[in-house]
Amino acid sequence: MNKAEKAVIELRAMDELAAQNSPVHRMSPLAKLAIAVLYVLVTVSFHKYDITGLFVMILFPLTGYAVSGISVAQCFRKLRIVMPLVCAVGLFNPIFDHTPLFQLGSITVSGGFISMLTLMMKGVFCLMASFLLIATTRIEAICGALRAIHVPAMITSLILLTFRYVSILLEEVSIMTDAYMLRAPSQKGINVKAWGSFLGQLILRSSDRAERLHESMLLRGFTGEFDYSNEGKSSVLTVFIICLLIMLARSINFSALIYICMERIMF
Amino acid sequence: MHMADALLAPAVATTMYAASAIAAGTSVYQLKKENRIELDYSKEKLPTMAVMAALVFAGQMINFTIPGTGSSGHICGGMLLAALLGPWAGFLCMIAVLLIQGLFFADGGLMALGANIWNMSFYGCILGYFLIYKPIMRSKLFSSSGEKAGTRFKIILASVLGCVLTLQCGAFSVVIETSLSGITELPFGAFVALMQPIHLAIGTVEGLATAAVLCFIYEARPELLRELNAKESDGRCSFKGAIAILGITVLVIGGGLSLLASGNPDGLEWSLFGNEEGGYSANMGLDEENYGVDSSAAQTAQDIQESTSFLPDYAFANDGENALGTTVSGIVGSVMVAIIAAIICVIGSNRKNRKKRHSR
Repeated sequence: MNKAEKAVIELRAMDELAAQNSPVHRMSPLAKLAIAVLYVLVTVSFHKYDITGLFVMILFPLTGYAVSGISVAQCFRKLRIVMPLVCAVGLFNPIFDHTPLFQLGSITVSGGFISMLTLMMKGVFCLMASFLLIATTRIEAICGALRAIHVPAMITSLILLTFRYVSILLEEVSIMTDAYMLRAPSQKGINVKAWGSFLGQLILRSSDRAERLHESMLLRGFTGEFDYSNEGKSSVLTVFIICLLIMLARSINFSALIYICMERIMF
Repeated sequence: MHMADALLAPAVATTMYAASAIAAGTSVYQLKKENRIELDYSKEKLPTMAVMAALVFAGQMINFTIPGTGSSGHICGGMLLAALLGPWAGFLCMIAVLLIQGLFFADGGLMALGANIWNMSFYGCILGYFLIYKPIMRSKLFSSSGEKAGTRFKIILASVLGCVLTLQCGAFSVVIETSLSGITELPFGAFVALMQPIHLAIGTVEGLATAAVLCFIYEARPELLRELNAKESDGRCSFKGAIAILGITVLVIGGGLSLLASGNPDGLEWSLFGNEEGGYSANMGLDEENYGVDSSAAQTAQDIQESTSFLPDYAFANDGENALGTTVSGIVGSVMVAIIAAIICVIGSNRKNRKKRHSR
């Protein structure tokens, strides 16, 4: 299976996830977008050594996954894309930052090690939040939400049309790659001699396709903007409570609070 | 080069969102202006832009073998889109590509989208086009080699130079954004030394692949290449637009990022208190937390303030006056630089005109 084919399968899987029905799916897209942005903003704002405070943030996406019925494992498959750069940046921290933070038995844990862990956790949490958003919201609904916050119609319509055309062109690239590979076996990629003609042919065909598409859209009465249905509703109170909880998790270190409570109860 | 959310501090991410939003707003405005004779631009060109954006997305899945290395690479497409659709439409198409990549393929992130648009689309489509692609394509370089061969050489030079420069700018921006976010302990110099050479190689390969594709299009259907069909008068309006957009973004970045710079100690502060967090020794042995604060009441007040302030490490609410002061100084500094640049341009053009008059 080539890269383009894998991408088509991934896109279809996401489309199917978004078409399911759950309380999270039924929420208003604008509310989901706002909560996801606030969550990511708050998550990345934690201090590099504040690992205990940050850890509580996992509860929000986990609750979302549980309520929507989407498996966390599906999200973790995408970690292979996010983590390399995050790890590459984070792995230098233990080398350069030797600030002793605390003692774990006889081992001194350095600040660099903790900041590396914090960075990785932030990477995972942010991915969980954006995956949950896109797995429970269709792209049309996201574009509708963007339009509601006055993002120009040209941009939202472009995103929507591009998304629809991505799968078609991916299929075309997949067929072309397969055909090339069958004629040139044991090659890693497209030979330098065919660099221009391979993608160039696709561009020529695509520009013809765009012309045909434009004509057919005009015939169907395209006015330059799509109509976005107002699907999904959420009460202002629900959104307010979720946002408040996220802000609370940022200002109060619940891990430390739980530890103090336990200490008081036990001793 | 896609940055993840975890690599950015909220203030940096927001600043980059603002800068990208200004560039996107200008692009929409310029596109409407370019086509105001036609009734409705989006109706006319939208399908072409969408298909080309989808093509770049799909084109990134094609692995090109790099001769002599055994490895393979793919195109990013910013320069290709700018050459086919123009800088403004190309920039908007790249936004669509990056948004779909970020949301559906986890290549990027929600908060990092602004930074990714800036690092890849702004440099690739707008800066690369106005600074390199357009001047080279309109120049009389290689005119002695004949029209066809000359244009082909110009395409190759413009693509390779454009891709190398824009990727270098993008990689440098990644380093600046990550360093300002305080994410990595890697020293700035080492980080730059790590990122730039890698992206020099990537840029060269991307440039050669873009050149190969554009040369093929030039042979097969030259009318698709925008700059070959552009009229001389087209340039003025878009150049003004480019200057305007560069000016505004400099203001945003100068203003926004200087807020962040205030989080790090300046020279005097550093020499007094040091920066223990950064691993330096406390230079003069003064303790910043207790400097001038002796009473227990003051200490308690400080504790309360530290525990209740909103996003305490990112100076959202701590010191409004100071932050405002830094922003103003950042903007004033940027304006001064812009004025000096404008004066240099005016002097340059005056001298050119004088020379022309003398030669007549």
